[in-house]
Amino acid sequence: MMEILITGIVLGGTYALIAVGLTLQYGVARIMNLANGENLVFACFGAFWLWSTLAINPVLGVIFIAPVAFVLNWLIYVYALRPLVNRARNRGQLEVDSILATFGLMFIAQGVMLLGFGGGYYNYNFLSEPITILGANYGLNRIVALGAAAFIAAALYLFLNHTRYGTAIRAVAVDPTAAGLVAIDVPRASAFAFALGGALTAASGALLSTFYTFNASMGTLFTMKALIIVIMGGVGDVRGAVIAALLLGITETAVASLIDPGLTLAATYALFILVLLFRPQGIFGRHPA
Amino acid sequence: MKRRTLLKTAAGTMLAAGMATGLMAGSAFAQDTIKIGASAPKTGPLAGGAAVTYWPAVQLWVHDVNERGGIDVGGKKMKVELIEYDDKTSNEEAIKNYQRLATVDKVDFVIPPYGTGINLAVAPIIAKNGYPHIAVTAVADGLEEFVKRWPNTFWTLGTSQGMAQGIVDLLKKMKDDGTINNKLALVSVADAFGIEMSKTAKPAFEAAGFDIVYETSYPLTQQDFAPIISAAKNAGPDSFVAFSYPPDTFGLTQQATIADLPIKAYYTGVATAFPAFAQANGAAAEGVLGIGGVNADDPKIQDFIKRQKEVTGVEPDYWASPVQYASLQVLEQAITAAGSLDKQAVIKAIGDSTFDTIMGEWKFENNIITKFWTAGQWQGGHFKGVASTGLPGEVPIILKKGWK
Repeated sequence: MMEILITGIVLGGTYALIAVGLTLQYGVARIMNLANGENLVFACFGAFWLWSTLAINPVLGVIFIAPVAFVLNWLIYVYALRPLVNRARNRGQLEVDSILATFGLMFIAQGVMLLGFGGGYYNYNFLSEPITILGANYGLNRIVALGAAAFIAAALYLFLNHTRYGTAIRAVAVDPTAAGLVAIDVPRASAFAFALGGALTAASGALLSTFYTFNASMGTLFTMKALIIVIMGGVGDVRGAVIAALLLGITETAVASLIDPGLTLAATYALFILVLLFRPQGIFGRHPA
Repeated sequence: MKRRTLLKTAAGTMLAAGMATGLMAGSAFAQDTIKIGASAPKTGPLAGGAAVTYWPAVQLWVHDVNERGGIDVGGKKMKVELIEYDDKTSNEEAIKNYQRLATVDKVDFVIPPYGTGINLAVAPIIAKNGYPHIAVTAVADGLEEFVKRWPNTFWTLGTSQGMAQGIVDLLKKMKDDGTINNKLALVSVADAFGIEMSKTAKPAFEAAGFDIVYETSYPLTQQDFAPIISAAKNAGPDSFVAFSYPPDTFGLTQQATIADLPIKAYYTGVATAFPAFAQANGAAAEGVLGIGGVNADDPKIQDFIKRQKEVTGVEPDYWASPVQYASLQVLEQAITAAGSLDKQAVIKAIGDSTFDTIMGEWKFENNIITKFWTAGQWQGGHFKGVASTGLPGEVPIILKKGWK
């Protein structure tokens, strides 16, 4: 029983990593980024490349990968997405436009990776050694990822709730128009949130690459998981996303161990439906005013 | 102004299109070339497998043929022009691609797709257009029935019946020798391949006296195998058999290494025979059994592995890659035997002739190659064939001793 719980929490930590970047991008910048998974896989390849050619270990690799992703995402936001933001008359229209635009972005990113790395599977060994917790073995790389997820989530929470700029970003998330009225530079805050979200997703990708087998066309899988978690947790709420991710991890592991591994997907979506039925605004979400 | 931009764009596009066609066609002209169309995944879930097994072998063959000056068609050497399409791992897309190859590109022959499901799905459209269909990466059952319905189809890699029976016989022999006990864990991916294989293997294992102490299946996109491996470990079997697909083959093995699964015979499905498997698992790969295999000591196979690496930069797998290449040698030799590009004559030649391929001498029996590799094993950094339905070069099996 303890083993199921720990395996579930470890898996949940992985899911939290996948989703936390999208929470920021969707919650604050209001961009439903369908290329989120490609961003993550890009970072997987980046980490793989750093490890295999320069022997830079993936955990340190994050120091290179996250800033690069930050700049790239900033540029994507400013040049590809801001025109949509300016044009959109309401939130609904922006959502539709951004879904279409990032859908295209997804194909571009897939194509670039396909060109650079081919369609084959990539996989490398880093910290793939057992660590014993309460009598059962777990992959050290997964425990590292769980630790990183906890660290990232805590840092993000502190930043958003206990700093001036973080508060400004939350204000944009709640109401962009009102935020503008109190002298918050909304376009800048949005760009920052989008870029930060992208950087976090990339950092997660680098960590996930130590234990996932990935290839150029795998991003959509991660996007799907992230979408479910973000919507379950309540849009733009980091705590909600983390709790939703843990819930999902534990549910999947429990179902796989106690009932049947074939039912994990069904369990995921059943949980999703339950949340949508009883708390459509998400676990921590508030009803729109 | 607008109009001028439009004209400019149009001119640019046409120039680009012209260049693209030029690149594809090489220096040759249509009359002197044989147009061959290929469609397989370049994106989607099966793209990873196709990138190892399908595309490089196809490219190497085209390279080889053209370097030789082309295929001999009734005394005239004709070069090969390859047209490639991505089927996005989708049956519908693949059907459209073959339709397009037949009607728009008007190719002379087609190379069938990658994957069991897609091969079955496109068989009618390939048959309708009269092409021979030499399937490689398709392992299915009931092929005799299929061949009666579509006499233009030829099958080279084996049947799921034969593949499953191969591993069952192998483990049964180890059990009878007393090297392993009769407890077995059976895992499969919930996709055509896994379902077909476990459907055949399960009763065969039971008939062979095995006690299946753990059995489960998991969805195609699964990445986390901790629950499966720990449940298998708790059931305490000597043998672990997984009919798995590429990403899961890696995931299961990595988890088995971490959990230090105490096992004497460990078998996984597609991708165990990939070079990447040994790279990813290092010393843990030693003694791992998998579907497929090659005659690792055969100089023809060694030459193929070396040359594919040189020409395409991709190392072939130790199972279907050489068969993919051999299937194209069959097409080439059948065209020469028929002496023309007439599809019907080539189909007849494929059925009647004996072929000299890198897999040895091939002769189709009722459109099926009946001698094929069923299982291989990583031994000293090479994936060697340990079981087949009557091929030379089988090496003795070793026990799995730990994961380090």
